[in-house]
Amino acid sequence: MTDTLSTTTNASAERTKLIRAGLRKRHLTEAIFKGFGLGAIVLALGFVALLFADVLSKGIPAFTQSNLHLSVTYDPETIGVDPAPVRTAGQSDADFRAANLKWQRDVALLNWNKVVEASLRAAAPAGFEIDSRQILTIAETNARHQIRDMFVADPTLLGKTIEVDVLASANADNWVKGNIDRNLGDAQQQLSAPARNLIDTFEANGTISSGFAWSIFTNVDSRAAPAAAGLAGAFMGSLYMMLVVILLAVPIGVASAIYLEEFAPKSRLTDLIEVNINNLAAVPSIVFGLLGAAVFINYLHLPLSAPLVGGLVLTLMTLPTIIIATRGALQGVSPALRQAALGMGASKTQMVFHHVLPVTLPSILTATIIGVAQAMGETAPLLLIGMNAFVASVPATPLDQATALPVQIFLWQGNENRNFFEARTSAAIIVLLGFMILLNAIAIFLRTRLEKRA
Amino acid sequence: MKSALYASAAVIALAAIGTTSAFAQSRDTIQIAGSSTVLPFASIVAEEFGAAFPEFKTPVVGSGGTGGGLKQFCAGVGAETIDIANASRPIKTAEREACTTAGVTDIREIQFGYDGIVFASAAAGPDFALTPLQIYKAIAANVVVDGAFVPNPYTKWSEIDASLPDQTIALAIPGSNHGTREVFQEKVVTAGCEEAGLPEGHPDDACTALRQDVVIEIAGDYTETLARLTSNKDTVGVFGLSFYEQNKDTLKVATINGVVPSNESVIAGEYPVSRPLFFYVKGQHIGTIPGIEEYVQFFLSEGIAGNGGTLEAAGLIPQAPEKTAEVLAAFEAGASQ
Repeated sequence: MTDTLSTTTNASAERTKLIRAGLRKRHLTEAIFKGFGLGAIVLALGFVALLFADVLSKGIPAFTQSNLHLSVTYDPETIGVDPAPVRTAGQSDADFRAANLKWQRDVALLNWNKVVEASLRAAAPAGFEIDSRQILTIAETNARHQIRDMFVADPTLLGKTIEVDVLASANADNWVKGNIDRNLGDAQQQLSAPARNLIDTFEANGTISSGFAWSIFTNVDSRAAPAAAGLAGAFMGSLYMMLVVILLAVPIGVASAIYLEEFAPKSRLTDLIEVNINNLAAVPSIVFGLLGAAVFINYLHLPLSAPLVGGLVLTLMTLPTIIIATRGALQGVSPALRQAALGMGASKTQMVFHHVLPVTLPSILTATIIGVAQAMGETAPLLLIGMNAFVASVPATPLDQATALPVQIFLWQGNENRNFFEARTSAAIIVLLGFMILLNAIAIFLRTRLEKRA
Repeated sequence: MKSALYASAAVIALAAIGTTSAFAQSRDTIQIAGSSTVLPFASIVAEEFGAAFPEFKTPVVGSGGTGGGLKQFCAGVGAETIDIANASRPIKTAEREACTTAGVTDIREIQFGYDGIVFASAAAGPDFALTPLQIYKAIAANVVVDGAFVPNPYTKWSEIDASLPDQTIALAIPGSNHGTREVFQEKVVTAGCEEAGLPEGHPDDACTALRQDVVIEIAGDYTETLARLTSNKDTVGVFGLSFYEQNKDTLKVATINGVVPSNESVIAGEYPVSRPLFFYVKGQHIGTIPGIEEYVQFFLSEGIAGNGGTLEAAGLIPQAPEKTAEVLAAFEAGASQ
């Protein structure tokens, strides 16, 4: 009895030992796998963190900008122009407009740099020696347009002195921010020695101060006045393209997915279509750009550089993504739902639109937003339809010339004023990333809300 | 859901109508494309033009290189083709023929100033005093050594000439899509090649064949060339004079034949590697696209392209006022040169 008992105990102890050993091995495998997974995530996050750290550290300084506070005197001596035309009785609309246009042209052709120079000299210490060319390098070149526009808007300013904030030039901004090594010799500096001294004086007496660079958001791109270059035009261009993509790609994509999945007979032809759609999703975007240039520009004669054309090209690019995602979502709906609907006497159309589609809506929405976000970040196809042009106006309609945010990043990256535009490029990347994060956040928010409701 | 379907159908129909109505739409913005050297100048003029002429829209300026711009320019006549092509070299006969075939017969050439091409290296590196002959010897596929025509044996600048730094040869030059490349070829390589005195019976491409191991062809813009210099400190890059002047803090310029490139030395004709800059206007678009004539006049005005003008501040080397007057007169006379 005791013998048998001890044998059993022995056997069980043996088994436990065996199990323990096996268990340890299994735990070890699991730990190793977990370790690998964690390592992969840490690596991926590390790269993302590196990217963000690089972009943020370079780009954030660009959100502040040096401004000059000047007292501008509209001296009648310098501004030798007739008073603005006043509408006389009996003058026709056209005549008045022509007279006004002529006056504006006269005002535009005045040398407003003289006014800018006088204001800068007024702010400089008495007797500071600097020639007019050097002193003008401190203020951005758009200062004269700004001062002129104020005069055109209010011609009574003639003879008055007002306080105006103008942008410091890109090179002055570089100097203030220390983007340029201050110890470099004169030959290696973009600004002359007197100009650099004057900037330091201005900084000390408060004429130059830093402020938030609203111009990045409110201004359009500028070559003549780099410090005034902004993203407004590119942002609107991207927005118009996004609208076109949403209006075209979503209905067409969802409709074709529903047809292919629910109505189309399974035949060799639909198989072929499916294979082709999957292939299209993998086609490099530049190919869609070539197609767009050939079809929309050369054949349909749509305007160059227009967000409409950009949107059409991106629609072609996004369509396969949306079709594939929608089909996937439809396939995921349980057959019980379909059969129940059909069993209750619903027609196929009713089954699809009343029962299947509402369930899949969250996934379709997410796929759409992610597809659109991807399209927004696309640059290559836009280069081929003329959207990599320098456009200095905000597009009013999708048919006006425009650039897009990623293209603007590309253009700024190539600007010759490296010291200034390196930061601006990163700032533009931050804006684009922010836009993307917003879109993705909306996608996640909508999905969780709709899923809860369903 | 049904209403959503109808709504989307309506949207598609609307988009289709929008597309067809665009057929008939004529453009009211001047469209420009071409040379990346001319791009900064043209962009500045476009902006100033938009500011000075309230009745016209700001022209749109694209890049794509001289060749790319002229290709678009010669695509035909009509609102979907560009009005002006920027070029850093004169139009070629083949391009003119392509233009004529497509119906672009009224091409007006505008020369508006000069640009210098400089050789620059990292600011921290040694000084370079180059001659076209030395550059040719550095980059040609085959060179003459002791009277024999042999594959290029040089690996360091100092092996070519003792006065040059003891630095590995690496030269970043513009790709063939750039107008700058042709000037480089003509004014530097060919000039150096002739000076080298090739032996009788040398192959036809002796002056044009470059060794691929030290020559890096840059298809993008000067920023890309600059990036090459940053990644490999030994590289000597080819830049526009204006680009160099904006980046003096990181670049050091080489003298050519002992002349330092500057606006003054280019105007005086002392600096050998300079070239005129052009843009080409499609005469057939004048009158259809508003503002083309005014744009040209504005571009060539004293305050813009003249001495002390806006473009000079941006790095353009102005041409003599007489030349500008002549170009403008030819443009206004409608002479198709």
